[in-house]
Amino acid sequence: MAIYLIVALDVLNGISSLFLLCLGLAIIFGMMKIINLAHGEFIMLGAYATVISANAGVNIWIAMLIVAPLFVGLVGLVIERCLIRFLYGRLVDSMLATWGLSLLIIGIITTIYGNTQQGVPTPLGGFSIGSYQSSYYTLFLAGMAIGMMVLVYGVMRYTRLGLIARATMQNPAMAATLGVNPTRVYMSTFVVGAAVTGLAGGLVAPVSGITPGMGGAYVAKAFMTVVGGGAAMLSGTMSAASLFGAVNQVGAYFTTPVYGEVLVFTTAIVLIRLLPQGISGRFFKGNL
Amino acid sequence: MAVRFSLVAQAVVVVLAIVAIAVIPSVLELFAMMQLTLFAAMAVLALSLAFIWGFGGILSFGQTAFFGLGGYAYAISAVNFQDSTPSILLAIIIPALFAAILGYFIFFGRISDVYLGVITLTVTLILFNCVNSTSGDEYRIGKALLGGFNGMPAVPTFNVPFYPDQALSPEQSWWVTGGVLLGVFLLLRLLLSLPAGRIVVAVRENEVRASLLGYDPRKVKLLAFILSGAIAGLAGALYVNWGAFVGPTIFSLSLSAEIIIWITVGGLGTLLGPIVGCVLIEYIVAYIGSQQALNSNLVLGAVLIVFVLLLPKGLVPTARDLVMRLVHAPKAKKQLADEQVPSSAAASHMAGAE
Repeated sequence: MAIYLIVALDVLNGISSLFLLCLGLAIIFGMMKIINLAHGEFIMLGAYATVISANAGVNIWIAMLIVAPLFVGLVGLVIERCLIRFLYGRLVDSMLATWGLSLLIIGIITTIYGNTQQGVPTPLGGFSIGSYQSSYYTLFLAGMAIGMMVLVYGVMRYTRLGLIARATMQNPAMAATLGVNPTRVYMSTFVVGAAVTGLAGGLVAPVSGITPGMGGAYVAKAFMTVVGGGAAMLSGTMSAASLFGAVNQVGAYFTTPVYGEVLVFTTAIVLIRLLPQGISGRFFKGNL
Repeated sequence: MAVRFSLVAQAVVVVLAIVAIAVIPSVLELFAMMQLTLFAAMAVLALSLAFIWGFGGILSFGQTAFFGLGGYAYAISAVNFQDSTPSILLAIIIPALFAAILGYFIFFGRISDVYLGVITLTVTLILFNCVNSTSGDEYRIGKALLGGFNGMPAVPTFNVPFYPDQALSPEQSWWVTGGVLLGVFLLLRLLLSLPAGRIVVAVRENEVRASLLGYDPRKVKLLAFILSGAIAGLAGALYVNWGAFVGPTIFSLSLSAEIIIWITVGGLGTLLGPIVGCVLIEYIVAYIGSQQALNSNLVLGAVLIVFVLLLPKGLVPTARDLVMRLVHAPKAKKQLADEQVPSSAAASHMAGAE
């Protein structure tokens, strides 16, 4: 019995961390049809911001929940102004430039902090189910995932800001005629996407090894999940993250972690073959 | 007149290239020649992506899948047969078969754009993960131990066809690699000037129109994809021959990214550009690696951003435009009355005859 509970917790953990890691990319892709291949490096920057401020004496919760998103949001602002704003509507060029950006960020961080692994201790302790151990942090991550989902849904659905954002997403020209400044909307969307990604980086910092190259492990998965989820920002990403996260953990349980990953990739390929517009292109049309 | 002149010019360039390949071993040091051999192998890889991306409009994020498959196919069969002759053939055939299966899946599912990128990327990751986890004695094919993360050391290098005990010297290896590069270049150049190549470009330009003219875009793309996979596989064999080693990092994402950088820097839609970009970037990376001041990722990233933003056409097309402007500048006034001539010349360049 206990083993099923543990596997269920693992699945929950897989889904919620995948969702958190993808949300920022999904916001940027869903709103502006820009694929940010430096997404993994935004996660890495969030993790570094957390580790460095926590080691400098800042409370770990403040470092994770406030410092990381603020810092990466600022970085996002600079990048949007200097680079991304020239690339709207040029999908392939934006992918190339952000790929260059990701290499650049890796290079800068390696130059400053060296190619060594850093880390912070995992907060909250553990608990045991039968003879198995798990940590409260897993539950906290799941809570954060739900919290972010509710937050994004609430803002997009019920506030004036969300209305403007959705209007610009649907028809930028029409929104501009009605007095919205699309440049401003795009800029803030990118910054919000970057900040959410930074938050995700902060949240995974205690449970992963932090190196300059760590983003590479996330970017392919996030890219795959967001594209597999399709255009709808929340429902698409949530459904794709659930599918891939569950397949990954269950596959890893029955075989090895390596084949769990391979199984996810295979699922992604089959999914895109069957639903070329992503999950939300078929099932949640018009949803958020 | 212009056509005949350009034919003569091209023939001269080809002869010059052959002479250069032939005399390089007697001019350069052994180390520099070995480095050039590596660059030439990589340039073949660059050509394989330049063809499907620049002329077929298919941006594959996983060209290293075929490169790596070719490398492993060569290494495994070379260890087993101890003769490179069938191994090189296998290094072409296996990636081509894989490209056929994958391409059928992609193009007949009408998958394009970002989705195609995701699929090619994930296929590369699958191969990397699988090969990476094959350490241990149970993973062997015939006599060849796969070696997982550590790769396969001491792979037999090329030998004189059908004479397994006569391994090629470094000079001969260079001639083979340089020769293959020139051969692949000429083959693609020829293909693109034939109707078959024109159809590939037509499908890139406008898929609907091409299909209304009676061509099946899916089939055209699939064939181009297979050809590109075969070339990338051959590049893999050349690469393994250069280092006598193959490891799972041959499938890595960073190498996939590097190919894309070579093409962006050299010029998309040309065949010469990617070769120039490849040699240039690889030289810079090797130079940075030999000194400690700068990180190679930093430089590569900066170069890619600068090119996408400021020089999106790449080096070769920009240089060609400059030369064209210099050559045609005096004549331009005379031709002002007859705008047809320059515009049709420009159109033939745009169609991608480079």
